[in-house]
Amino acid sequence: MEWLVASAVGIMTAAGVYLVLRGRTFAVVLGLSLLTYATNVFLFASGRLAVNMPPVISKLASGYTDPLPQALVLTAIVISFGMTAVIVVLALRSYLESGSDHVDGIPETIEHENFESVPDAGETRR
Amino acid sequence: MNHWIIFPILLPALLAPILVMAARHDIVLARVFSMAGTLLSLALAIGLMHTAATGTVLTYQLGNWPAPFGIVLVLDRLAALMLLLTAALAVAVLLFAIDGHDRQGRHFHALFQFQLMGINGAFLTGDFFNLFVFFEVLLIASYGLMVHGGGAARIKAGVQYVVINLMGSTLFLIAVAMIYSVTGTLNMADLALRVPAVAPADQALLHTGALLLLLVFALKAALVPVHFWLPGTYAHASAPVAALFAIMTKVGAYCIIRLYILAFGASAGESAWLAAPWLLPAALVTLALGMVGVLAARRLGQLASFAVIGSMGTLLTAIALFTPQALAAALYYLLHSTLAGAALFLIADLIARRRPGAADALSVGPRFAQIGLLAPLFFVAAIAMTGMPPLSGFIGKLLILDAARAHDAAVWIWALVLTTSLLAIIGFGRAGSTLFWKSMGEPGSFPSRGGRQPLAYVATGLILAGPVALTLFAGPISRYLDATAAQIFAPEGYIATVLSPRPNLTAGDAE
Repeated sequence: MEWLVASAVGIMTAAGVYLVLRGRTFAVVLGLSLLTYATNVFLFASGRLAVNMPPVISKLASGYTDPLPQALVLTAIVISFGMTAVIVVLALRSYLESGSDHVDGIPETIEHENFESVPDAGETRR
Repeated sequence: MNHWIIFPILLPALLAPILVMAARHDIVLARVFSMAGTLLSLALAIGLMHTAATGTVLTYQLGNWPAPFGIVLVLDRLAALMLLLTAALAVAVLLFAIDGHDRQGRHFHALFQFQLMGINGAFLTGDFFNLFVFFEVLLIASYGLMVHGGGAARIKAGVQYVVINLMGSTLFLIAVAMIYSVTGTLNMADLALRVPAVAPADQALLHTGALLLLLVFALKAALVPVHFWLPGTYAHASAPVAALFAIMTKVGAYCIIRLYILAFGASAGESAWLAAPWLLPAALVTLALGMVGVLAARRLGQLASFAVIGSMGTLLTAIALFTPQALAAALYYLLHSTLAGAALFLIADLIARRRPGAADALSVGPRFAQIGLLAPLFFVAAIAMTGMPPLSGFIGKLLILDAARAHDAAVWIWALVLTTSLLAIIGFGRAGSTLFWKSMGEPGSFPSRGGRQPLAYVATGLILAGPVALTLFAGPISRYLDATAAQIFAPEGYIATVLSPRPNLTAGDAE
């Protein structure tokens, strides 16, 4: 169980960091989402992993799991959801205003160096 | 309990929805509400400062849950000082924005109030998950303010700013989770008690968490190597927004002061002065890089941004010494550099508006309207920012150099602060002589368009009155700051007040 959670956090973080470092806003947004998922699971694990334990007081409970990280994760999910919405709208607006979906806004040069397989900027602009 | 403590958060939080719901179609109404609210915040901040100046630490338990189980707000001398600085800056910036900037996009006033709510909350909270929440509040508002007015370049810079800060928020949560998993608390005062008792096997986890948190605060404070977002953001944001953002870098500095002296300070055992070895070199590099950037800047907005980076370097150098004397000096410089930086952004915008086509590029051009009024304003702001006598920048740097004398790295600090001051003087001198002196002799003139913007001048003058007042009243102000530093370096009172079950019991509260 520990191994599963730890490797899930690790893989999601690695994929997230890789995607955030990409040049186009769509990949960056996906990367940020993956990073927040990884963070949420990590935050959840900070209260130790417990199976079949209630976080609130119950007469039937044999033990309890730490309720605080669960509350924190809820807050973090709400905030990261809002933030993702903001960055999506901003990225869209930036694409519509400048005609390129690159984070740095210099589409042509980056296009030829690194992205041979993607459709060219003129086509996506239509 | 003293209920006034929560009002700096509550007031903008209530005002902003009113501005969105009721006043969104009527700009005059929105201006009146926003200004009245900000002035009220200023009055509140003065009142709270008056209370905190006596040296008592006041706490506010939300929902009357005692700490560390509930969330607390804590008011001490440092928090009161930062509240007052924020409120004073906000009044002047709002006055500037009312002179036309708030019409360039929608919901300026509501976002402005949410921004103030986040900043005030970050200064008042005594709990570091709550600090995260207030960081998010101020960041969400700042995302809106950053792209206020629109335009391709600004939105591009806005996307980069949002991405950088989302990464920062992610790191913040990871750091909080690490610290919580080891200490089992989120309350800063409680953390201070638990850090020395952490098992040796868990020390590494705690230190990793604490240093990750330092990285997040460094990102906010624009410390090298995470400073690169600042020039793009500040130079592209509209002027009143950039001026308000001058306080945002100080939120990072404030958090470093608060957490790394309270919880990782003298009494932290194995973790004592955890931040010091990382902070000092980074701050010195920031200082050098910022002032070299001043020399290399090609626009006045860029110049101001790099000057802000340089001043953050100076400020964090003083903080990184971690002595009461150096902290008092750092706080004096913090007050000064916030106001001087904000004034520079406002002046850059006033100049840019009078040079259509050339804007704020540092190039010789024909004369522009009101050059005779803007030149002295720039001159005063430049003197303040570079730290030349007689203004407060000079006193601030003098205090910092004096405090650094006994430190091991004193040679480095003295050499870098003095050399970079020279670089800044050259940079600002060149910018001023290009924009004003050489332009005075050019034939022709820029077409003057638009109004004279009297309110904008009043606002700029008000902000520049800050460094002048800091100079004139340097004595009483530094006495308050000495007391603040002493309070920060003796955290026992803070911890005892926050963790006592019924703190600040007054006759009215006792049943």
